Amino acid sequence: MTEKKTNKGISRRTLLKTASAAAGLAAGSGAITGFPTIWAQNTITLRQFGTGVSNLNAIAEKCKADLGITLEMTATDSDAAAQRAVTQPNSYDIADIEYWILKKVYPAGVIQPMDVKKLKYYDKVVPLFKTGKLKPDSVIAQGTAPHTVGFVEKPGTKTFAKGETQWFTMMPTIYNADTLGIRPDLVGREISTWADIMDPKFKGKTSILNIPSIGIMDAAMIMEAMGNIKYADKGNMTKAEIDKTIDFLIKAKQAGQFRAFWKSFDESVNLMASGEVVIQSMWSPAVAAVRSKGIACKYQPLKEGYRSWGGGLGLAAHLSGAKLDAAYEYINWYTSGWVGAYLNRQGYYSAAMETAKQHMSADEWGYWVEGKAAKGDIVAPDGKVMEKAGAVRDGGSFEERMGKVACWNSVMDEDRYMVRRWNEFIAA
Amino acid sequence: MATMTSSETEKIEGARAKSFRLPPALISYLQAAPLTLILGSFLAVPILMIGMVSFWDYDFAQMYPDFVTFNYAETLGSWVTWKTYLNTLKFAFFVWAITLFIGFWVAYFLAFHIRTAAMQMVLFLVCTVPFLTSNIIRMISWIPVLGRNGLVNSTLISAGIVSEPIEWLLYSDFAVVLAMVHLYTLFMVTPIFNTLMRIDKSLVEAARDAGASSWQTLTNVILPLAKPGMAIGTIFVVTLVMADFSTVQVMSGGQSASVALMMKNQMSLLQYPAAAANAVVLLVFVLLMVAAIVRIVDIRKEL
Repeated sequence: MTEKKTNKGISRRTLLKTASAAAGLAAGSGAITGFPTIWAQNTITLRQFGTGVSNLNAIAEKCKADLGITLEMTATDSDAAAQRAVTQPNSYDIADIEYWILKKVYPAGVIQPMDVKKLKYYDKVVPLFKTGKLKPDSVIAQGTAPHTVGFVEKPGTKTFAKGETQWFTMMPTIYNADTLGIRPDLVGREISTWADIMDPKFKGKTSILNIPSIGIMDAAMIMEAMGNIKYADKGNMTKAEIDKTIDFLIKAKQAGQFRAFWKSFDESVNLMASGEVVIQSMWSPAVAAVRSKGIACKYQPLKEGYRSWGGGLGLAAHLSGAKLDAAYEYINWYTSGWVGAYLNRQGYYSAAMETAKQHMSADEWGYWVEGKAAKGDIVAPDGKVMEKAGAVRDGGSFEERMGKVACWNSVMDEDRYMVRRWNEFIAA
Repeated sequence: MATMTSSETEKIEGARAKSFRLPPALISYLQAAPLTLILGSFLAVPILMIGMVSFWDYDFAQMYPDFVTFNYAETLGSWVTWKTYLNTLKFAFFVWAITLFIGFWVAYFLAFHIRTAAMQMVLFLVCTVPFLTSNIIRMISWIPVLGRNGLVNSTLISAGIVSEPIEWLLYSDFAVVLAMVHLYTLFMVTPIFNTLMRIDKSLVEAARDAGASSWQTLTNVILPLAKPGMAIGTIFVVTLVMADFSTVQVMSGGQSASVALMMKNQMSLLQYPAAAANAVVLLVFVLLMVAAIVRIVDIRKEL
């Protein structure tokens, strides 16, 4: 997933000079009329790093073709991304990170907020990222909800604003609602709650993921569903709450409830496909991967709701002049629809839904976003048939799924303590 | 080594041509210099740096040069560490005992039951064939064999021996030990085979002439003479098992912990100072174990 393209022989100075000259020319000639500027003559390169889900070669290629901007992409895991964002702020121009990582790194002053007036599709961003509510009557979910770290009062401040302002910390791009994956052919009963993973009937046939910051949230959903505890905020547990959660997990582990713990995408696919587990934490593309092997697998909606995550593009603090303009241009292009449609077709959601709709067929839109039965085969961006005609997406429409988010991936104040206790759980 | 000596001779010849001679002491230092440089820069310095970093402070993003001891306090003061060490030692013990048993008998067969040296070498090379593929592949190939719907279970079920799949075959301590034995037995075979080949056959004949039974020959002659090889094999296997993380993670399905796995977890969370403290503790521990082995058996006998 790593795209590395380097341009040799152009120093930073000449690049900036020619780029700004061209930008000036473009502005002077009145070329900015809503069409994306073509940067081809002055090869602008933007270095983007991020957590891999949206670091797709197809996006870099399309960006080059549409804008003439070369994208250098680097994919890392989320902990490494957080570290890089803070310690090497000059090594990237665009940070493609999740909101809980942003909460960690923004106070370090490495990301500059964006002026919403320069964001062409700001008005199209779903309200979830502005107010925390998908619909006016929705309940705001716990954890690091994107809107809580989405705005600052003015450039230079290190604290987040309480409500919507002119300064947006990140342009949201990709998000989804996660739940448990099941093997409908092997569970043998209706699965309706997070607590079902602890059913003694599935002893030795369950798995949860061994990534502390996400695993603890799944554990919290399970604990609350079982009625063991009521968290004040799942996304920011107290030490006592962490202890109670981990002690419960250790007990379940020692009783043999789990078959394995997975760390990587392919591990979760193999556990499910081989029948070693019948119910486990899973990510939506992994469910699709199991299904593409011809094995029944369902991304089961649960009554307590989903654990959600979201990511966006942030501007590095060092960006200025022509590069900053190019970065805005890139972000406006990113949200103009083509990428959104691409991400929607992978089972994620785009932040600017209306623009993505224009790049999807009515049937695709109906299947992925409206929760309608597919009229024809649903094809993945790489041309592979993902679902046959007649299929309905697990969990239904966008509003049904994103409207039932119970908590967001988050970073806790007691992060270090939580990680230590999580390691005890794995060692126990 | 060969290039070193030849360059050294050239140097001496060059010196002679100019009727200039390096002092003999300097020559030995020069000869030792390349290895010292390599070991110094790639072994000693990194270990010193690990030792240094283990006293640093850290947060999620950065390390701060400092002198704090809480990395050690957290490592040594937590029951997880002790439990993990105990677990790793358990793996080391089982793997050691099994590889020693298998390794000795394979080496014994090769050394005493195969008559021609050519055949010995051929069979020895056959032992190394599995090593032509990577560790990971040899390890992962156990998963479809041992799984719930794997080869072993489906055979047992279709043969009517068991009615339910046996669960403990995969993602268990059994699976970890099995995979490790598979991975590390050759490290035991090689040094033992080497020492057995050096045993003077006339010693065995003398024992037989003196009326010793095969068992007595084995316990009184061959085993004592094979000790240095066993000790070297033991050092290999024990250090490999103590430092293993991938086998433990894959074969136990992430359910079991080993010391190296604990370090890997800390590193993936960027807690480098904590991992460094752990590494220092493990290093001291393994060095003590090796010292104990060397104390019991004189491995120099083999050299």
